[in-house]
Amino acid sequence: MASAAEELKFRDPAKARALTEALGHELDAIGRSPVSVMHVCGSHEQAIARFGLRAAFPRSLDVIMGPGCPVCVTDTPEVDEAVALAAQGARVCTYGDMLRLPGTSKSLADAQADGGKVEVVYSVSQAAELARRRPAEQVVFFASGFETTAVATAAIILAGVPDNFSVLSSHKYVPAAMDVVSEMKETNIEGFIAAGHAATITGWGLFEPFARRTGTPVVVAGFEPLDVLAAVVELVRLIRLKRPEVVNCYPRCVTKEGNRPAQEKLWKVFDVVAGNWRGIARVPRGNLELKPEWDHLNARHRFRIDTAAVGGAERNLLADRCICGSIMSGLAKPDQCELFGKECRPESPVGACMVSSEGACKIWHVYGGHPNLQEVA
Amino acid sequence: MSFEKVALKHGAGGRAMRALIEDVFLGLASPVDGIGLSALDDGAALRVGDRWLVVTTDSHVVHPIFFPGGDIGRLAISGTVNDLAMMGATEPLALTCAVILEEGFPRADLERVRDSMLAASREANAPIVTGDTKVMGKGELDGMVVNTTGVAFADRVVTDAGLRPGDRILVTGSIGDHGMAVMMRRHQLGLEGDVRSDVAPLNGLVREVLRAGREDVVAMKDPTRGGLASVLHEMAGKARVGILLSEPAVPVNPEVRAACEVLGIDPLVVANEGKAVIGVRPGAADRVLEALRSHPLGRRAAVVGTAISDRPGQVILDTGLGRRLLAEPDGEPLPRIC
Repeated sequence: MASAAEELKFRDPAKARALTEALGHELDAIGRSPVSVMHVCGSHEQAIARFGLRAAFPRSLDVIMGPGCPVCVTDTPEVDEAVALAAQGARVCTYGDMLRLPGTSKSLADAQADGGKVEVVYSVSQAAELARRRPAEQVVFFASGFETTAVATAAIILAGVPDNFSVLSSHKYVPAAMDVVSEMKETNIEGFIAAGHAATITGWGLFEPFARRTGTPVVVAGFEPLDVLAAVVELVRLIRLKRPEVVNCYPRCVTKEGNRPAQEKLWKVFDVVAGNWRGIARVPRGNLELKPEWDHLNARHRFRIDTAAVGGAERNLLADRCICGSIMSGLAKPDQCELFGKECRPESPVGACMVSSEGACKIWHVYGGHPNLQEVA
Repeated sequence: MSFEKVALKHGAGGRAMRALIEDVFLGLASPVDGIGLSALDDGAALRVGDRWLVVTTDSHVVHPIFFPGGDIGRLAISGTVNDLAMMGATEPLALTCAVILEEGFPRADLERVRDSMLAASREANAPIVTGDTKVMGKGELDGMVVNTTGVAFADRVVTDAGLRPGDRILVTGSIGDHGMAVMMRRHQLGLEGDVRSDVAPLNGLVREVLRAGREDVVAMKDPTRGGLASVLHEMAGKARVGILLSEPAVPVNPEVRAACEVLGIDPLVVANEGKAVIGVRPGAADRVLEALRSHPLGRRAAVVGTAISDRPGQVILDTGLGRRLLAEPDGEPLPRIC
């Protein structure tokens, strides 16, 4: 549990005021509006929304959430694969957020209601343990998340898993989230805030080629409100100075090299491959897939997955009006969607961003819906 | 939102429950001389001569029946005494007590609950004058359900709809204690720390508030299910004002705050059973605060918010670092690890 002293350290209102003042000076010096920056992490959005930071930001600053929710960008056919495996009799284990993610016609929750063996686990080791306890069943771990959870998947595989255990990987690769946005012509993102927890694994040096190539500064940030504020100040300073550098604002956790033993495990098990991200695009280096030497543990190789049997339902008229793709690309805000808070709510989500606790729509909904309260006295 | 079947969230004290009551039970409302069902207040107030007869009823279910800081017996007495007090009726005339028991319920537990009810009714000076007992088959209900009804006279009725822009909003102490104590016991969360329910009859405390604030006490409600967030939305909606709530001013015990942080739960939506939210005219805030703090149940009372003319029906949360709207709770808060 966080001690009271620690909480004060990273949530101190006086320090926050000093930082927002500094931010104001930086933006004044830039002298145009808006200055748009993007973070690519649901946990950053939670900190910003929960503490109402957008109301404290100067009006000329736009802090946008990009494709930073690995569950949200998990594509329909990937869900279909998991649903098909459950329909074919496998026991499908996955993280809670994945349960209600819509496939073509069904989510894993629907598959469960149909009698499929679907189980929510809190870690990959729990899934492997389940396989050990049920040797007569095929247990498939539907793996989601960025490098942070991919390392856990890799570690379990390297430690040895039972023969009846396999992995259906939907792991995503963090640097791709920034690549995909910077390549979109419609967005005008001048700087990126990179996720501190993923950088703990990969190291902040990973972002240097991106900053050089795109001419965009990157700041690595932690998840307390003052972490986020300090990172935004630094990022806007780099924008003002036109310095496309990488700065680590989370030194208490992140180093330039990152966690070497974790990286070794990650790259022993996974390759970076192209993948479709829901509502966004085909992303050249977007997904993490098991290397060929682990084909025997790859559910896509072990089973003939028949997704035709679970797809092709009638058109979902509500889903046609969902703008999750634009929201994840940073082209629209959740409250610009006509379904937001009305037809689309956490208990009856239409789009992926309302399903996951890392999704922008879910986060905005939980924390009051609309962020801009600057006008209230 | 329409529904075909009742869900658990329809009893959780938030948006869904209000919708259920408005859609279904408001059909029972009929005109009365006073405050009736259609006001959706803590209870009813009927004009009798030049006084008000306040009536309220409440059924209590809690799992587990015994929890740190209290039990279903103390809860059943306090809940009804507090509903009366929130209407301005601080001298309960009488309470009734009806219990429904599950077949197989241990006699020792029943006696323990009875002793606890007796102690609470003495504490509140609220005699139990009649009752009813039913038993249902094993598995047909979970342990026991207790219903209590209370009646009391009041010279002046305080509703939950009296706020005007500029009024100050006080809470009588730390919030979130009851809900977290029950949740930590129910889910066997294994978190360390002494989190105890605040369940207590508040009529004595409210008597001091009314003595100090008189006509300047304009709104009262106890933040039970749905917590402080739910009560503030209700007060803002009924009075058509906005409420600006200062998060750092809201008293929260460190153990509760830490448990909430770990579980991803906002203390503002967690239930209380021994706290009140009180709206007062601006000039009376200091007087009422002092009266609260001189009472053992109000030592940690605080001014936490202000009614404003902007954004009627909404609650704006000032986090100390920024501002946002506070969402109206929709269902039972669930720990994210469950």
